[in-house]
Amino acid sequence: MPAHYAARMAAFHMTNGNGTILSVTDLRTYFHTEDGIVKAVDGISFELKKGETLGVVGESGSGKSVTNLSLMRLIPEPPGKIVAGDIIFDGTDVRALPIDDVRKIRGKRMAMIFQDPMTSLNPFLKISTQLTEVTRLHLGHTKKQAYDHAVKMLETVGIPEAHERIDNYPHEFSGGMRQRVMIAMALSCDPELLIADEPTTALDVTIQAQILELIKDLKKRMGTSVILITHDLGVVAGMTDKIIVMYAGKVFEQAPTRELFATPANPYTKGLLKSVPDPAHEQGKELYQIPGLPPDVAHLPPGCSFAERCYRAEEICRTDFPPFVQVNEGHHSLCHFAKEVYEDSKTKSANDGSKG
Amino acid sequence: MVEKTEQIKGTSLWRDAWRRLLKNRLAVFGMIVLALMILLVAIGPIVMRLTTGITADYVPSQVDEGDLVHSFPPSLQHPMGTDEAGRDLFARVLQGGRISLMVGLISTLVSLLVGVSYGAIAGYLGGRIDNIMMRIVDMIYAIPYILIVIVLLSIFGGPNTPAFIAQLSETFGGAGNQGLSQIFLLFFSLGLISWLTMARVVRGQILSLKNEEFVLAAKALGVSTFGIIFRHLVPNALGPVIVYATLTVPSIMLSEAFLSFLGMGVQAPYASWGSLAADGIKNISIFPWQLIFPGVTMALTLFSLNFLGDGLRDALDPQTRKF
Repeated sequence: MPAHYAARMAAFHMTNGNGTILSVTDLRTYFHTEDGIVKAVDGISFELKKGETLGVVGESGSGKSVTNLSLMRLIPEPPGKIVAGDIIFDGTDVRALPIDDVRKIRGKRMAMIFQDPMTSLNPFLKISTQLTEVTRLHLGHTKKQAYDHAVKMLETVGIPEAHERIDNYPHEFSGGMRQRVMIAMALSCDPELLIADEPTTALDVTIQAQILELIKDLKKRMGTSVILITHDLGVVAGMTDKIIVMYAGKVFEQAPTRELFATPANPYTKGLLKSVPDPAHEQGKELYQIPGLPPDVAHLPPGCSFAERCYRAEEICRTDFPPFVQVNEGHHSLCHFAKEVYEDSKTKSANDGSKG
Repeated sequence: MVEKTEQIKGTSLWRDAWRRLLKNRLAVFGMIVLALMILLVAIGPIVMRLTTGITADYVPSQVDEGDLVHSFPPSLQHPMGTDEAGRDLFARVLQGGRISLMVGLISTLVSLLVGVSYGAIAGYLGGRIDNIMMRIVDMIYAIPYILIVIVLLSIFGGPNTPAFIAQLSETFGGAGNQGLSQIFLLFFSLGLISWLTMARVVRGQILSLKNEEFVLAAKALGVSTFGIIFRHLVPNALGPVIVYATLTVPSIMLSEAFLSFLGMGVQAPYASWGSLAADGIKNISIFPWQLIFPGVTMALTLFSLNFLGDGLRDALDPQTRKF
């Protein structure tokens, strides 16, 4: 373990992991389209402590990616705009920073891994060119230093014969290897926050497991905080400390991972958990799915945006916007019936427990 | 046991394209002819002067002051014959080739530097900046380019030569060298209009590339706008740029020939293929070699450049040939 990681780990243990690396309050990112204002992210708040992993779960179009692009100020402007909210990263308000200062944070202190490794690497540049660019830019490495560092990073992420493969072009790498390169690139400057936007969606299951294991391992070794965006609940279960569930640009539920899986307090989360295929599932029985489709975020109904698809929606859900209810320590749910759903889950999990 | 494979070497897309190019016979022919032409034009005059003592303005000794006809048909001593004044045509064609090729290359270089940066910046920044930049291009486009060049050449030619061009020709050819400053003016005028289409080609490429995920990835790594445009986007747009550049060279050379033919371009004592052809056409019925040799040399060069350009297009964009 290089010396600076050790130093950071020491500092990390001294503060007992209580330091907050990222705090987001009431973030709103809107897109102005011909169809009206699309509220892709509409009032998101969360906090991430040093060394913690946060899972962001939701269907396609729920605002997961936009949230994370907003954190790095990567929203294309126009049509998008962060209209409100605070993004406090290690004491600095990212939203208020001039763009040149944001650029100094990107890739150095906050890094991102993208969904599709096939398109995230520049096809015309050698892997070495792309890997050395970051460290030369942020750490002021010379060509030689950067090259050696790049080889080391490729070894770290498990590319065999890294010193030979480094001068290859992206098209000579497989999907899994390219994702490893992306991770190497993101971790080159030893960032404090790593945002992984569906890092395994484009990969097959075995590679997926390897990549997740790699992120987990690197996180442990470097003490990096991670935001893991995914629509795969199986992925977040083993990886994260806490989870936020997003739907139509809002946080529907926020809870520690264990608690969210055991006692969900939101009908939407319950639906998501029920739709995960279970290997022990009776054969021939139809897999559960939440009825209907996610709503059009440009034209949201006045009430709860999930009401149309919810199994226990009542009149109030269609007319009034639900409150964000705290049901337990660190566990919140956006629902008129949060407490009731939570109690239901609790008795159910207690029953399951006694049965098992 | 898996045996260690030999050193894995990166195959770039350029190398792939090069392999495809070598399979194209016409393109290879074009490359060989061009290479020979450049070699001949570059060192030919020097070799000739050293071996036979013949230069472009050399007047053969057998030319008598009293002779009426100084133009001799091709012979062993003068493979392309001699011109009206009795000067060796081969030497003059080589000398003219220097200027013709140079006009083509320099103007293309200008179009590469200015056009690529201009188009890339407009395309990447987009919005209002793009709009303003491209409207400027449209405005210059709207005026017939040969007219611009003629106007420029006649305003700034002769005694009104701008200071920097006079300076340039003084550096290269000594003070008061009218012919040379006329040539530099020609470079400048043709360069001025040659970048317009290049800017449009590059802008179009950048527009379709800038929404690729690798651009977002580069942004997320903190790469500056300049770095994204010139390190990430321009290399990706280089295929069409190279093709267009190889096709720009012959079109500029043709413009130069046209202008020289009209008497606006290269003037005596300097020669270009265009001005040699202009001289030759006056005597076409009596001394046909005066037109044929410069004309054929130029045609051969232009053919080769076009073959090479077509070959490059096929090599760099293999999809177009699939169906």
